[in-house]
Amino acid sequence: MEIFNVLNFDLIPLTLRLAVPIALAAIGGTLSERSGIINIGLEGMMLTGAFGAVYGSFLTGSPWFGVIFACLAGLIIGSIHAVLTIKYKANQVVTGVGINILAMGFTTTMIKVIWGKEGMSDEVNNLSDVSIPILKEIPLIDWLFTDQSPLTYFMLIVVILSWYTLFKTNLGLNLRAIGDHPRAARISGINVTKYRYTCVMLSGLLAGLGGAFLSLVQNSLFVQNMTAGRGYMALAANIFGGWNPLGSFVASLIFSFAQAIRFNMIGYNIPDQFIQSLPYILTLAVLVGAGRKTRAPEALGEIDE
Amino acid sequence: MPLAIEMKNITKKFPGVTANDKVNFNVEKGEIHSLLGENGAGKTTLMNVLFGLYKPEDGEIFLEGEKVNIESPKQALKKGLGMVHQHFMLINRMTVLENIILGMSNELSLNKKEHRRSINELAEKYDFAINIDEKIENLSVGMKQRVEILKTLYRGAEIIIFDEPTAVLTPGEVEELYNILNMLREQGKTVIFITHKLNETMEIADRITVLRNGKKVSTEKKENTNTNKLAQLMVGREVDFEVDIKEKEPGNEILKIRNLELLADRPETIDLSLHQGEIVGIAGVEGNGQLELEEMIMGLRKVIDGHISLDNKEITDKSTKERKKMRIAYIPSDRHNRAVFKNFTIKENILLGYHYKSPFCKNHIIQEEKLKEHSEKIISDYNVKTPNSEQLLKNLSGGNQQKVVLGREVSQKPEFVLAAQPTRGLDIGAIEYIHNLLLDLREDNKGILLISADLNEVIKLSDRIAVLYEGKIMGFKDKKDFTRNEIGMLMAGEMVENEA
Amino acid sequence: MKLKDIIGGISRSESVKDVYISLFSILLALIIGAFLIFLIGSSPLQAFTVMLDGAFGSVSNIANTLTKTIPLIFTGLAVAVAFRCGLFNIGAEGQLYLGAFFSVLTALKFSFLPAFLLLPVAILGGIISGMIWGGIPGFLKAQFGTHEVVVTVMMNYIGINITSYLVNYPFKAEGWVAQTDIIPTAAILPKLIPKTQLSAGLIVAVIAALAVYFLLWKTDIGYEIRAVGENQTTAESGGINIKKNISLAMAISGGLAALAGVTQSLGVYERFIDGFSPGYGFTGIAVAVLGRNHPLGVILTALLFGALETGALKMDRVTEVSNDLVIVIQGLVILFVAAPEIIRSILKRRESQ
Repeated sequence: MEIFNVLNFDLIPLTLRLAVPIALAAIGGTLSERSGIINIGLEGMMLTGAFGAVYGSFLTGSPWFGVIFACLAGLIIGSIHAVLTIKYKANQVVTGVGINILAMGFTTTMIKVIWGKEGMSDEVNNLSDVSIPILKEIPLIDWLFTDQSPLTYFMLIVVILSWYTLFKTNLGLNLRAIGDHPRAARISGINVTKYRYTCVMLSGLLAGLGGAFLSLVQNSLFVQNMTAGRGYMALAANIFGGWNPLGSFVASLIFSFAQAIRFNMIGYNIPDQFIQSLPYILTLAVLVGAGRKTRAPEALGEIDE
Repeated sequence: MPLAIEMKNITKKFPGVTANDKVNFNVEKGEIHSLLGENGAGKTTLMNVLFGLYKPEDGEIFLEGEKVNIESPKQALKKGLGMVHQHFMLINRMTVLENIILGMSNELSLNKKEHRRSINELAEKYDFAINIDEKIENLSVGMKQRVEILKTLYRGAEIIIFDEPTAVLTPGEVEELYNILNMLREQGKTVIFITHKLNETMEIADRITVLRNGKKVSTEKKENTNTNKLAQLMVGREVDFEVDIKEKEPGNEILKIRNLELLADRPETIDLSLHQGEIVGIAGVEGNGQLELEEMIMGLRKVIDGHISLDNKEITDKSTKERKKMRIAYIPSDRHNRAVFKNFTIKENILLGYHYKSPFCKNHIIQEEKLKEHSEKIISDYNVKTPNSEQLLKNLSGGNQQKVVLGREVSQKPEFVLAAQPTRGLDIGAIEYIHNLLLDLREDNKGILLISADLNEVIKLSDRIAVLYEGKIMGFKDKKDFTRNEIGMLMAGEMVENEA
Repeated sequence: MKLKDIIGGISRSESVKDVYISLFSILLALIIGAFLIFLIGSSPLQAFTVMLDGAFGSVSNIANTLTKTIPLIFTGLAVAVAFRCGLFNIGAEGQLYLGAFFSVLTALKFSFLPAFLLLPVAILGGIISGMIWGGIPGFLKAQFGTHEVVVTVMMNYIGINITSYLVNYPFKAEGWVAQTDIIPTAAILPKLIPKTQLSAGLIVAVIAALAVYFLLWKTDIGYEIRAVGENQTTAESGGINIKKNISLAMAISGGLAALAGVTQSLGVYERFIDGFSPGYGFTGIAVAVLGRNHPLGVILTALLFGALETGALKMDRVTEVSNDLVIVIQGLVILFVAAPEIIRSILKRRESQ
């Protein structure tokens, strides 16, 4: 049957690969929102990170420097969002949208400024994949250790680490309390402001790292607006996943699966636009369906006193 | 033996009101001390000062003879103070254990096992049958309260403040709370108990301090007083404003409420009837079902059980818009969130509720001139201090804002007026004005339901008075058949023996 | 009388302070823009002079500026109307694509209509498609509380893909370019200035702005929308139906955004072209925010941004500075307006020094 030609085992490693940027940003979103701050700016943070990664690699020739640049870039944008929303109590949604627009303009302008070209940068050294000896001989999961990006492994570590921190440590307990009832957290002696700043800045860093994956792993250059809505998918993944790093990860896999299928559809008479729309339609369906069942932090978006 | 707590000369002011006025408050070690008073007496404010949530303008605090400066809850906790709040400070979807250990340690690991053991030991000591791995949202209100208590005990509190602890408990749970309080006393803890309820005070307290209007009125040992005396102290022996209210024969029944269940977790229902040309006052401390009553009458809250009819027509399932069409004037208790648009002009505020029909709207177009005329008439008739009707509402004082609301509603010639907390937070002049307005409406044969936590206001204006307590009407009769004292006792939950 | 009313409306019912914040925000954004230009090694003075000339230096330049202003007025109005109801319409881009395509499709399919009817009907077709595309997120928000930001963003991608498919397959014209056939002459928006791209779409835009003003401040429908945006619980107490108004506001917003696409397709390109929009829907957000969500503010801001973008094209050609800098300025503007506290604290510090 034709359908089985579309679905094959090659999809599994591809799905994991495509999920990395979304998952990283989604977990960033989880952290930010668990502290009560809505972060619509993930898209802009990811885009800036993608750009920063290419610029870093361009400057130094080392893709790893690019990765560090990406994290820095994301961290800075995250700080802007944090200061605006926490210190100046700006409307969190408007600030996020503003950041996205700013990032779009800024990164597109900088392509011209740095490389003098329109729409995409020069090629730079990208981050090569690795294969792990011995482990790659294990049957059935050999793909997991063959030709994977180091960032993929990092993402998996982030998933596990953030899940553990959020649910198994005092830090995480305090954070979850802040998102549900900041007043109660404050009265219990927790420094709510410090947690909020940290989480929003971290969300920028993670989203930026996700951007680095897009530009330095999946590609080796920066294309304007290359994030193409992944930051928003990350938002939806976070909601679908129930503000839980593991859930965000699984939801990201679902979205990336919709993207991965596209490669197998080439050759069939299905117009490209339908396949391209799949991830977005899926996101929409997920939002409407699951949005009602998962539970947001109860004080999300409220800045008290 | 030094006093556990000595608060000297505490003064705490907020814009426009002195919540605590040179209050002296002492608590002996190991006693249960009740802090008694009506809404707005200053009880919670005083305790918030003690707990480091507010900074007083003046006064000193001594704990066990030593002067202390408590600037935050964290410091209060360190000094052995603990508070069980009226609105629980608990995280619903976390477990009891998690709520108790929240914010306690900076260590990485949760150490749940160890904490579980110690907390269970503590719980057993006080005979709390509690499953500490249960989520808060699955617990009964009584159980939630125990969690709050455990939380303070686990942090080593020696002095525990309870803020209106029985406001949300069932009678059975109240009994259990008394046991807990006694046990705490046996363990050498000091307990402060904020309340407006007389029976509980007499049941459990060793000593009682009464606050009224921000001042301390008295401190007595339980043996030396009784509910009557306390009620008098609580509500005061003020001379009632002598008002010439003409006797009036009430007209047709305009509002009828049957079997209306106000509070979701209580089975009690109320019955009420209101006639044209009379003012029925609902007295009672806020939080006993007044908000629910107000919202159910206006269609802003779903009726759990019961019926409401206006002018003999059933409105229980009608929308707010439909009810307003039936000539209900609504003065909401929550002015900021229900009555006004702060950032709209006076004119635009006057439009609310009447914006879609004649005379202010024809063919969907707002009739500017008519609206302006009407607004200016309201401004002059109701003495609203403002240069013109284009002013943003937030630029008006509270009293003037309320006058706009009244003007909007009353000028539409309603048949029934629902006035909830109509003069809360207003100055004397505005209060007088509004009172006269309500009396004029009564004279004009309108039916008025006055819901107010201000007992003076209820007594002054009403023909008949109903006392609301925990979702139940405790007494409903003509004003002249009540004594002030009686009302005070009913408001505090004390059943009064029917005198023959 | 009308103009005085409108201006009066701004200074009284919107606080004058708000207008100052907008002015100050754009000033600050321009200063930062100048700084960035300087960083790149160009002269800000030269850059801005070239921009000014590019925007207003000749009749044809002015025509270009006004042409660019038209779609921004529509998307700005769209976002502004949604904001007035407390909603964030980030989906103007998708809505304008639908409007563009379906107005063209209507023109092509209804070509049998007499000339004086074809144009209005085509415009209507575009508006309706936009109202549906905007109404869906509105409905979802009203009924299920789904956050309209993510929904509208997703619908941007979906909407653009749908129209892209339609123009690449069933409705594709002969040739290589992804575009439809030319629309019948009767459906073309006549030009205001010959030999330029400036069409009567400008008149439609101004009419739309007046209509929005009228709707929001002179009708009970608009009153309800604004009431829901100002304070839902108070509106509810006055008998206003919150859900209905949320859906309605989003539908109107979608219809307005669609007009951006309609005027581009019927006035400039005379057909639907895949990927024609340089992001009008997103710029519209900046226009609405800076224009304080008021039609007059939107027109003025749209004009400013139209001038900036037209001028920037010349700046791009003549100097080293990329025209995408304008997007940076737009983003900065939004941030400054979003956090008026920043401006207030800067002003306070100036006062105390």
